[in-house]
Amino acid sequence: MGALQSLPGQPEYIDLAEKTGFSLEQIGVLHKRFKQLSHNEETLRRDHFNEIPDLACNPIRAQIVEAFFDRRNFRQNGEGTVQEIGFEEFLVVMSHFRPPSLHMTEEQRENVRKEKLRFLFNMHDTDNDGTITLEEYRHVVEELLSRSGALGKETAKSIADAAMLEVASISMGHMEPDEFYEGITFEHFLKLLNEFEIESRMNIRFLNMDTTTLCK
Amino acid sequence: MADLRPSRSRFCPRLTAAFLCVFLLVFLHCASASRDAVSGGNDTGIRPVRSTQEDPHDHHGNSTEHKKAFPVLAFNFEHVRKPFEISMWILLALLMKLGFHIIPRISHVVPESCLLIVVGLLVGGTIKAVEGTNAPVLDSKLFFLYLLPPIILDAGYFLPIRPFTENLGTILVFAVLGTLWNVFFIGGTMFAVCQIEGAGLGDVNLLSCLLFGSIISAVDPVAVLAVFEEIHINELLHILVFGESLLNDAVTVVLYHLFQEFSREGSVSVGDALLGVVCFFVVSLGGILVGFIYGILGAFTSRFTSHTRVIEPLFVFIYSYMAYLSAEVFHLSGIMSLIACGVIMRPYVEANISHKSYTTVKYFLKMWSSVSETLIFIFLGVSTVAGPHVWNWTFVVFTVFLCLVSRVLGVIGLTSIINKFRIVKLTKKDQFIVAYGGLRGAIAFSLGFLLTDSKMKHMFLTAIITVIFFTVFVQGMTIRPLVELLAVKRKKESKGSINEEIHTQFLDHLLTGIEDVCGHYGHHHWKDKLNRFNKKYVKKWLIAGERSTEPQLISFYNKMELKQAMMLVEGGSSAKLPTVMSSVSMQNIQPREPPRRRAMPNISKSREEEIRKILRANLQNTRQRLRSYSRHDLMIDPFEDNVSEVRLRKQRVEMGRRVTLMSFHLCLPEHQVFTYDDTESPRSAEMKPGSAAVQLLNESPQRSDQSDAEPNAKQDDQEEQLKLSRCLSDPGPNQDQLEQGSLVS
Repeated sequence: MGALQSLPGQPEYIDLAEKTGFSLEQIGVLHKRFKQLSHNEETLRRDHFNEIPDLACNPIRAQIVEAFFDRRNFRQNGEGTVQEIGFEEFLVVMSHFRPPSLHMTEEQRENVRKEKLRFLFNMHDTDNDGTITLEEYRHVVEELLSRSGALGKETAKSIADAAMLEVASISMGHMEPDEFYEGITFEHFLKLLNEFEIESRMNIRFLNMDTTTLCK
Repeated sequence: MADLRPSRSRFCPRLTAAFLCVFLLVFLHCASASRDAVSGGNDTGIRPVRSTQEDPHDHHGNSTEHKKAFPVLAFNFEHVRKPFEISMWILLALLMKLGFHIIPRISHVVPESCLLIVVGLLVGGTIKAVEGTNAPVLDSKLFFLYLLPPIILDAGYFLPIRPFTENLGTILVFAVLGTLWNVFFIGGTMFAVCQIEGAGLGDVNLLSCLLFGSIISAVDPVAVLAVFEEIHINELLHILVFGESLLNDAVTVVLYHLFQEFSREGSVSVGDALLGVVCFFVVSLGGILVGFIYGILGAFTSRFTSHTRVIEPLFVFIYSYMAYLSAEVFHLSGIMSLIACGVIMRPYVEANISHKSYTTVKYFLKMWSSVSETLIFIFLGVSTVAGPHVWNWTFVVFTVFLCLVSRVLGVIGLTSIINKFRIVKLTKKDQFIVAYGGLRGAIAFSLGFLLTDSKMKHMFLTAIITVIFFTVFVQGMTIRPLVELLAVKRKKESKGSINEEIHTQFLDHLLTGIEDVCGHYGHHHWKDKLNRFNKKYVKKWLIAGERSTEPQLISFYNKMELKQAMMLVEGGSSAKLPTVMSSVSMQNIQPREPPRRRAMPNISKSREEEIRKILRANLQNTRQRLRSYSRHDLMIDPFEDNVSEVRLRKQRVEMGRRVTLMSFHLCLPEHQVFTYDDTESPRSAEMKPGSAAVQLLNESPQRSDQSDAEPNAKQDDQEEQLKLSRCLSDPGPNQDQLEQGSLVS
């Protein structure tokens, strides 16, 4: 059942394949999923995402859903958020999770790394100002610990503070006592996660065959 | 002793080398003397070295004819012969290890395992030359029951879980399919070789060849560990080769017993072959199950050990060893059982046992496995000299050649299949290292040794030893320059960054979420489900107290703080502060707030420097006080009750944090630290203004009165340093309540 589902969409598929790098079969599978999520409408909205049951127990659900509606992830240098997305945007966001192919030059690999890190950065930087402030970082840690009840709040704050301190030290080295570290810019973020090997970790397997009937 | 040639540039190595030489000679005398004492029965063939004492028969009593004087000094070696010999061997091994590291030039070129085998050869040769009798051989029972388990337990307990589970599919394919391919390829081809006229191998039938193949095919974990430990390649390759060497044990066990049975029977039927396949699943899954059961038992037991901290490490060791032995009873895979036990037990046990017990477990495991490894290699050398050898050029040469060829073909073939399923593919460089890292070692030798005695067995043993020597010497020595030549990615020095941990967790959740959006149950989805199940049910049963609900991020953070604090104090005033060696402080990242948050006036920079100097100096004083307390306090240590231990831990963590923060001059809210002590309520945090600046200059310790859970802060920093000293050297009778001081801002 790996055949493409919708024939009319074929030339579009090729277009999309070129743009995002997915194979035609993968696009077909994702399109089917898109239709399933959106109940066969043309666009997806936030409440469609909220219907996914497995996503409900994810501590960072809100950020994940937001990421889909964030214009900065559409690779068109836009900003701000949208209320609904079409299949193309859905696919573009998904393409951030494609694994790098085997034969890539160093430069291409570096670009892939930057792209993935940019996606993460955008997820943290909720107010679109280009830096992750202490408040935003605290929010991130709080969300991560949100399943552990009330005690998470204070410890989250200290953890976030310590983390921020680390970033500041790595990026700025030496600072005068009355200087103020505004926030993590994208360059600092890159430097911070230099050792993280994100190009091999931030990937999921996209199927070439259709198994969506098994799960919602 | 050729290998102990002293280096000219340094005085010490010469002395040590000379000492080692002398020691070696004394040792050989002892060893030979003991052998004489055994073989000669009660005869008095004892070297002149020791016969300065009285009549050696004195221990038989006063039943002789003439009345002897009361024996002031008697000689009774038989009594302690066995433990004496064992201790001498272990001492020899350790001194060798010591020697290699003192002589620096050799250890860079030649891996330790090679040197140890050479030493073994020399010792064996000397014993044989001097005595004419054979040196002790590597007894299989000794190897499998005493020498191998510590190494495997060490490997299993500290197995890096994340890379292991991420690459589990690949590892299994290499372990199972790769070993099967090796066995049949080598066995079959050797049979074909044996058919060649003029090689004198006509009596080796197919089943014997297959048996030989099954012995020689398995990649050996001891050898892999020994060599790969020194070259520090990246995590992925390390876990691939090492994981394969661990998991192929099941295949080896099954095939070995299978072919042994068939050899005895003489014929094979299809039903037998099918039974063999079933046996494989039983052996591997059964082994894992046994290990799993013992692991859960161990974890459960550790839940109740809060009052008997001293014996905690023993539980870990005994349960694991029992898992190994129980699996061996049923001919299941002991190695897999041991690994499973260690892996299952570890997260729960570590949450339950005290910090000291954790350190004990870690160091004992490392110590035992190190000694075992050294002994194994030395004995390999000694056994080489000892055993009767039947050298057959064709057989040996072809064996070595085929081992290499089959390994390379196997890796290439399997990788082309595996890469279809991997997200991150294996490059050619990776494949080369995996193929090259397929070292054979002592397991192959021991399995060969277990065969029934025959001319064929000796021929096999000779070939096995040759292959082992080849892989360990040639491959072991050349892998380091090759790794550098090919510019293989090395292991990155991870500094335990809190940011990386945050992002690791973030990424886990993110990928799980994306998989859910995509709609298929992938790797992350199942991992997430397992984690949730673990958190909800299992942790409640197996972890004591409130620790069961502690999220991973928090425990990681606490661990890191503790580590930093320990490093700081252990290093004294000249310690390099971990990673963050900058003057960035908390106030640089706090947004500027209305003055209510910082009630104290700005300190000028020079003042700050002064304060910092004072702090450092105090730490140094602290250190000296540490030394003077240590002996006294260590003696109290085993008998301290649990409560003080708990307080100590909590204090230490808080202290550690304080000291760290003091030097960073952070103004931090009090953390919530998890304790075992349920009576103490968690403290709520409050930002206290740094009005303690003035008090810093006041050195006198201020002891406050004992009371539980005082949430309101008292500003005193000096006593913290003193308490720190006491805490870390282990607790005295003082049960100082931890104070909430705040720090210079």
